[in-house]
Amino acid sequence: MKLHKVLAMLAVLASGLFHAAGAWAYTETSGGWNLPTGATAIAQEVYDLHMMMFWVCTVIGILVFGVMIISIVKHRKSLGAKPASFHESTTVEIIWTTVPFIILIAVAIPAAGTLIRMEDTRDADLTVKVTGYQWKWEYEYLGEDVRYFSTLAAESNAARQLGSGIDVNTVENYLVDVDNPLVLPVGKKVRFLITSNDVIHAWWVSELAVKKDAIPGYINETWARIDKPGVYRGVCAELCGRDHGFMPIVVEAKSEAEYAAWLESQRGGETATVDEAAAPAPVEVAAAAETVTDAATEAPAELDKAALMAAGEKVYGANCVACHQASGQGIPPNFPSLVGSTVVQGDAAGQITQILKGKGLMPPFPQLSDADIAAVVTYTRNSWGNDSGLAQAADVAALR
Amino acid sequence: MAHAHAHHDDHDHHGPDKGIMRWIKTTNHKDLGTLYLFFAFTMFFIGGLMSLVIRAELFQPGLQFVHPEFFNQMTTMHALVMIFGGVMPGFVGLANWMVPMMIGASDLALPRVNNWGFWILPFAFSLLLSTLFLAGGAPAGGWTMYPPLVLQTGDAFPFLIFAVHLMGISSITGAINVVVTILNMRAPGMTLLKMPLFVWTWLITAYLLIAVMPVLAGAVTMLLTDKYFATSFFTASGGGDPVMFQHIFWFFGHPEVYIMILPAFGIVSTIIPTFARKRLFGYDSMVYATASIAFLSFIVWAHHMFTVGMPLSGELFFMFATMLIAVPTGVKVFNWVATMWKGSMTFETPMLFALAFVFLFTIGGFSGLMLALTPVDFQYHDTYFVVAHFHYVLVPGAVFSIIAAVYYWIPKWTGHMYSEFWGKTHFWLSAIFINVTFFPQHFSGLAGMQRRVPDYAVQFTDLNVWSSVGAFVFFFAQFIFIFNMLASCFGWGKRASEKLPDRVWEGATGLEWTVPSPAPYHTFEEPPTVGDDGEPVTGAARPAAAH
Repeated sequence: MKLHKVLAMLAVLASGLFHAAGAWAYTETSGGWNLPTGATAIAQEVYDLHMMMFWVCTVIGILVFGVMIISIVKHRKSLGAKPASFHESTTVEIIWTTVPFIILIAVAIPAAGTLIRMEDTRDADLTVKVTGYQWKWEYEYLGEDVRYFSTLAAESNAARQLGSGIDVNTVENYLVDVDNPLVLPVGKKVRFLITSNDVIHAWWVSELAVKKDAIPGYINETWARIDKPGVYRGVCAELCGRDHGFMPIVVEAKSEAEYAAWLESQRGGETATVDEAAAPAPVEVAAAAETVTDAATEAPAELDKAALMAAGEKVYGANCVACHQASGQGIPPNFPSLVGSTVVQGDAAGQITQILKGKGLMPPFPQLSDADIAAVVTYTRNSWGNDSGLAQAADVAALR
Repeated sequence: MAHAHAHHDDHDHHGPDKGIMRWIKTTNHKDLGTLYLFFAFTMFFIGGLMSLVIRAELFQPGLQFVHPEFFNQMTTMHALVMIFGGVMPGFVGLANWMVPMMIGASDLALPRVNNWGFWILPFAFSLLLSTLFLAGGAPAGGWTMYPPLVLQTGDAFPFLIFAVHLMGISSITGAINVVVTILNMRAPGMTLLKMPLFVWTWLITAYLLIAVMPVLAGAVTMLLTDKYFATSFFTASGGGDPVMFQHIFWFFGHPEVYIMILPAFGIVSTIIPTFARKRLFGYDSMVYATASIAFLSFIVWAHHMFTVGMPLSGELFFMFATMLIAVPTGVKVFNWVATMWKGSMTFETPMLFALAFVFLFTIGGFSGLMLALTPVDFQYHDTYFVVAHFHYVLVPGAVFSIIAAVYYWIPKWTGHMYSEFWGKTHFWLSAIFINVTFFPQHFSGLAGMQRRVPDYAVQFTDLNVWSSVGAFVFFFAQFIFIFNMLASCFGWGKRASEKLPDRVWEGATGLEWTVPSPAPYHTFEEPPTVGDDGEPVTGAARPAAAH
């Protein structure tokens, strides 16, 4: 029958869309416009569940819409159709209550199985603590003395500013690239402990089928065992303020030997990434500083007030403004005003230390360069009627 | 405002006051229904403009027009305006107009409460919309107002909370009015199981509103004290629990979802039998299904928060309970299809919108079913897949049903027919471009685009271009609707000049079609009597094809 052919074609079209060519997607294992099949066994299970439910819905849809379309085409007054008089049938209604019920049970059983496996975080080979900040991630390899921040890659960050004039299509991995990716070994059960320092974030890497909220006061657990080396990209998935769209996640899965070598190169504590001595990272960090503070990049050399203020305004806009506000007046009581504040008017060293270490609700910002911190300190000390002197990159370096 | 109704009690039955005071002082259910509908349309327009800001920014990757903070304000306000200002008052307007007329009552039971219930709303939304001009801008923490993020809101914060309180008061007064009216003022002979389905769905909706609006009020009050009075209900550093807010919020929020769709079920259950010229299939099971959905809506709230790290047992329970909702919802869809089966269908504009409702709401139901599977929900959660899902149930769902209802009943309200040509043009533009807008969002979500972002990876460009083009065309197509409805109101055009019979639609049943078109200012001063089949014993002739 003609109608069946049309419907069959629609179904084929729908599945074709799902499997459209993969060049399009940023994920390594994606089939195009669909969920990625994933890089872990669990992700594959999740993908299979997704497709199973999709086909269940498709079949039910074809049946229901088929009957509807037949009615619309054939049972119309203009064709002389006379209305039938039936308006209830207990038998039919019992059937279409019980049959969906049975289908749902058939779907719920495998789904429950997968869920139980997903939540089993026992016997992990290594544990990484993931902490969300507005708007960056901190990764801490528990027991390994490795800990660093991961923020949006500098090229993306420059291009995404309103009116940047940069064509984002020319930026590789625009918005899904970071300065310091999370590096993990393949074939190991990695447990993630996920928490937050300020507001709620969500750590999501689709190809690992992992999405968990990062909530202040909570430590959530989840896990992944990555099958093959590769770069897997994700994003923060919970609205976390102004730069919610700009805190991507990149997971680099390496062979065990490469991972061990990488881990060794990173040892040395929390400033690993900003430490000039650390291997690949500094270049990128320097690049980040470059874009944020055009004026203050080149030099540890002393800058004049105008240059510091200009650079500081940008740093402030990128890191401080959400809480302390453009007016500097903050949102008391959680986010104190900087206007006439004792911290800002006091000793510059105290203010720099607070930026490096954090205090109360304020997160630490060790990932900012010395030049950036000096600039923003100068900016806050000389804006909104404050007048408390300058700070230079060397002052910050001395306090690191 | 305070003294507006204090001067005299309006005991005369000669019709409304003249001029602006008619509308300010009115206690007439028809006037208030009209006010509610005008208010809802205004809010749809404002909320729609906000969505155009969103879609313009998302048309291309990179930031072109607005700062991320303003973008977040737009998404937050778009949701609040559409939900509390558009869909809910839209349904309340329809209830005001139609519930008394469908049950043979002369008015709502509490007409002065009704006046207050409406006039609270313009103040609530003035408060809310004024935040766009405050220091720090409008609320930008999402319509779900999750702490701690929402506590970072600037001067707009108390405005947000008090606006929500006022909306809640308005909803509760409206709901109490509907319940009291339906339970006390039905025409003799109209037992509960003979009521029109629109009345049934509104009765159940009203109970949902009474049950959950105070919960929302409590939650936002706790936010208020957290921000200004040093409590720590939701602040972890003070011993509070940010996840508790989500549990409380969604205990309100999930029934709220059904508050925005149950009246739509009633509307569609009214329109499809009319234009299929066949009685609604399975009336009793429709009522029971509606009640089951309402009950289940109270035990599935945590499916909005599968990723917060609930214990496994909780995740399993909420998965199973959520999947269960598919059963009664399926029954309703099957009943609508069975009503069409072997009918004698015609396709006037209200029927077209009702049919689109069944198609597209079902698609939204399917994606809902997919979302119910917890392990996969982890992947869908907070992506554009979810945006596609809830816009399918809310735009071609709730909004299309409101549009269908207005087309269906406006000849009764105004006594003038609308233009069928422009109605159909409006329908096809709406039906096509709503899909162009939201269908691609399923794919961008699956491929990895998270919601509530002002910018995205370049891989999602094509899909977002479609969405944005669709949104703009859909928005401007609604002007056809506005002009068509104004034409009916003021009797513009050729068709509008024809005198309409009491029973405007050939297959229509129900008491509202026994009164003249336009409906007089006061109807049913003498209650009509209803027979065993729920149809009037007295009054206009019954349609031949109805049974």
